[in-house]
Amino acid sequence: MKPILFTNGRVVDPSQHLDEVTSLLVQDGRVAGIGLDVRAPDGADVFDATGLVIGPGLVDVHVHLREPGQEDRETIATGAMSAVAGGFTAICAMPNTDPVIDNQGAVGFVKAKGEAAGLARVYPIGCVSVGQRGERLAEFGEMAAAGAVAVSDDGQPVMSSHLMRTALEYARTFGIPVADHCEDLPLAAGGAMHEGIVSTRLGLKGIPAAAEEIHVARDIILAGLTGGHVHLCHMSTRGSVELIRRAKDQGLRVTAEAAPHHFTLTHERCEGYDTSAKMNPPLREAEDRDAIRAALADGTLDCIATDHAPHHYDAKEREFDDAPNGIIGLETALSLALRELVLSGRMTLPTLFERMSCAPARLWHLAGGTLRRGSVADLVVFDPGAEWTVDPSRLRSKSRNTPWAGETLPGVVHATFVGGRPVFVRSEPGSRKAHRRPRPHPPATG
Amino acid sequence: MGRVLVRMASELVEQTAAGGPVVLVGIQRRGVQLADRLAPLIESRLNAPLKRGTLDITLYRDDLQAIGPRPEVRETRLPPDLNGATVVIVDDVLFTGRTIRAALDEIADFGRPRRVLLAVLVDRGGRELPIAADITGLAVASAAGDHVAVLVSELDGEDAVDLVRGAAP
Amino acid sequence: MNAADLGKDLVGLEPLSAAQITAILDTAEPFKEVSERPIKKVPALRGKTIVNLFFEPSTRTRISFEFAEKRLSADTVNVQAAGSSVSKGETLVDTARNLEAMRIDMVVIRHGSSGAAQFLGQRIRSNVINAGDGTHEHPTQGLLDLLTLRDRFGKIAGLKVCIVGDVLHSRVARSNIWGLTKLGAEVAVCGPSTLLPSHVADLGVTVFGRVEEAIQWADALNVLRLQLERMTAGFIPSLREYNRVFGVTSERLSRAPKDLLILHPGPMNRGVEIDSDVADGPHSVILPQVTNGVAVRMAVLYLLAGGSPDWANAGGEA
Repeated sequence: MKPILFTNGRVVDPSQHLDEVTSLLVQDGRVAGIGLDVRAPDGADVFDATGLVIGPGLVDVHVHLREPGQEDRETIATGAMSAVAGGFTAICAMPNTDPVIDNQGAVGFVKAKGEAAGLARVYPIGCVSVGQRGERLAEFGEMAAAGAVAVSDDGQPVMSSHLMRTALEYARTFGIPVADHCEDLPLAAGGAMHEGIVSTRLGLKGIPAAAEEIHVARDIILAGLTGGHVHLCHMSTRGSVELIRRAKDQGLRVTAEAAPHHFTLTHERCEGYDTSAKMNPPLREAEDRDAIRAALADGTLDCIATDHAPHHYDAKEREFDDAPNGIIGLETALSLALRELVLSGRMTLPTLFERMSCAPARLWHLAGGTLRRGSVADLVVFDPGAEWTVDPSRLRSKSRNTPWAGETLPGVVHATFVGGRPVFVRSEPGSRKAHRRPRPHPPATG
Repeated sequence: MGRVLVRMASELVEQTAAGGPVVLVGIQRRGVQLADRLAPLIESRLNAPLKRGTLDITLYRDDLQAIGPRPEVRETRLPPDLNGATVVIVDDVLFTGRTIRAALDEIADFGRPRRVLLAVLVDRGGRELPIAADITGLAVASAAGDHVAVLVSELDGEDAVDLVRGAAP
Repeated sequence: MNAADLGKDLVGLEPLSAAQITAILDTAEPFKEVSERPIKKVPALRGKTIVNLFFEPSTRTRISFEFAEKRLSADTVNVQAAGSSVSKGETLVDTARNLEAMRIDMVVIRHGSSGAAQFLGQRIRSNVINAGDGTHEHPTQGLLDLLTLRDRFGKIAGLKVCIVGDVLHSRVARSNIWGLTKLGAEVAVCGPSTLLPSHVADLGVTVFGRVEEAIQWADALNVLRLQLERMTAGFIPSLREYNRVFGVTSERLSRAPKDLLILHPGPMNRGVEIDSDVADGPHSVILPQVTNGVAVRMAVLYLLAGGSPDWANAGGEA
């Protein structure tokens, strides 16, 4: 592999408090040097990054890749392709596939498929309970040895407090977090959207904010009891944010993520029974969305995770009650974070990299998340000033279920490198103007 | 208009002299007012009781599928038993005959009159169906593009017959 | 815009203006008379094909629509479809495409999922009439309630109407709230808090916790049916207690400052939400409601049929 010298780019790396226009050299798959004095060795490629941002590759600790079992929606390879197109260099695959990933053989399958794809690093997450049935612990030790970086029953909460306690205690041995989907099932039962004025008007059964918050409070209390690392998935309410803030003040090992849709959209989006806005946890109120944004800015929420949830094209084409939850998110996450958090002035670009790269890598002990000399060269090069229009048919994911179809978003990824290897290079170089060029087919219009 | 109505009333009495109850039915809208004017002129001179009714033919129009938005539907009110009666349909203008066709259909759904007569204030010609008036107030020669309108003071503030020549077809 | 132009579909009263609702009620007046004729039939919708697509059993609404359709001379087909669950049978979108392919003019749909009528309306060119979707709306029931109130009081504006019972699960309640408030009535809801939507006050209605308060306040009570399964689902402890605390009884009504008009969308659970002597009493308009139901549905069918689908321009879509 030839060395690559990135020149004239704005290199952003909060792990070393770096944000300046400089040069960055990648050699033998690692970051070999940063600075204006770094010179290209003989035979090196030079990547002119004038006007572009270079940062540590994005890390997503929460994606659903649907393989094995639902390859019509996504495969590990298409999910990894979607990831690198969105600037992600590492993704953690939730285990609620068919069959579920609750043993070392299954973990090995996901890892091998990820390696075979050779795109983003794909890290398996193992189940908390055998068969995700919420009854007895899966073999954390063997799964961790096979490559699992966390355990989770996501899709379902760990409802039994006893099981959650033992999971937190047992996971400590292997140094992996227990990622929990926070939902009090009896309280949320039958709910299709957030319980509020919109659900009242639409006549849809609501999921109260309390269904999430009760579970968050319980997990925090159990983290205190066990000293284990609980990671709270897709936080959506202002009450949850408050509970996490207090837990962190107490020094508990609680980390938490929020999804782009929860810092972007609100429950009004469900008007007209728009199933592209159906998720679990549901889109909440403006006050909740604002609290999520503020908590991402101040670090109460540690990281942004997409909860990328592909569904077959016709699965959402049905009654709201019966439509599946979730949206795809890997290719829109960076743009939405730029628009909602950075361009709006809520956080700086380095803080964005902290939330989308450094923190998730550090907290889950993953490769990447830094451009320090000697670290793996997982990095993203993007143009924060360019715009693109979301055309679902042109996304790399196998699925099309996005609520942002037809929207023009800021931030165009030019290239993504994993271990110094270009795994994604935009086919229209200089795509600062890409959105103004004639397209092979007309862009989706509203 | 008053003179014409008096003559129409006389002809009407003559033609219904054969006996049996007479039902005077005005077609919505201006036929209703004309029937109101004719009724007192007839009532005193008739041997039989005079019953009254109104008919809205909107729901029986043959062009209902072609027109939109939907025309307003007005009251239809007919005496309970039309069987054996002489029904006199009163309308303002007789043109294509389609309104009268609809009125005949509608009346048939209410009963089986012994006889149905048609009294119109203005016959402007231009028939598209084999229908003729039994009693005509005025006959006006008009072309297809012309507009003939009867105004009555109850609805329009004056009594008049307007004929506006349209552009040559 | 002509007030009688309702657009393509009737999915609810929420999207309609006061003028549109009034136009439907005014159109219903002459249709009342059609049902009194010796031959209860006019040819207005001759040649129109209407499918009554019922995903939930509903005898009275379906019969009322069917009478309305037949009295307008439409050709009708009743389809009692299977449940809406994902696991059962064809999807609603496939059903819609099949109906479209058969070139039908109108669909009357009853469905267990909120939003199903709108979903169908957005996918077919035929007119769609919502005959009840989940816990969302039941617009023709709302209209017949309005017509019945207008018959008795002469107007809607200024009336005080309280909807009593299981508002949470009631599409009738939502259509009543929209229709009444748009026409200027004051609306209240009353029932156990477990059966009132959490944000119902934000719809612009007064909330009464006790039925006695509602009776003191109201000119008319619209008493909702209490589904017996609400007890097993834990919303109320027992039917007996419900009747004791929230039942509309003659004893309670006797303490009202005036005679209250009593409406009920049916079918009634006598002795639960309403006592027999109230349902059969002099101030009950439960049967006039049924009569008005046919007239209102005829009016809606007549008004919607105005915009006939343009098959000539039907491309290769769907």
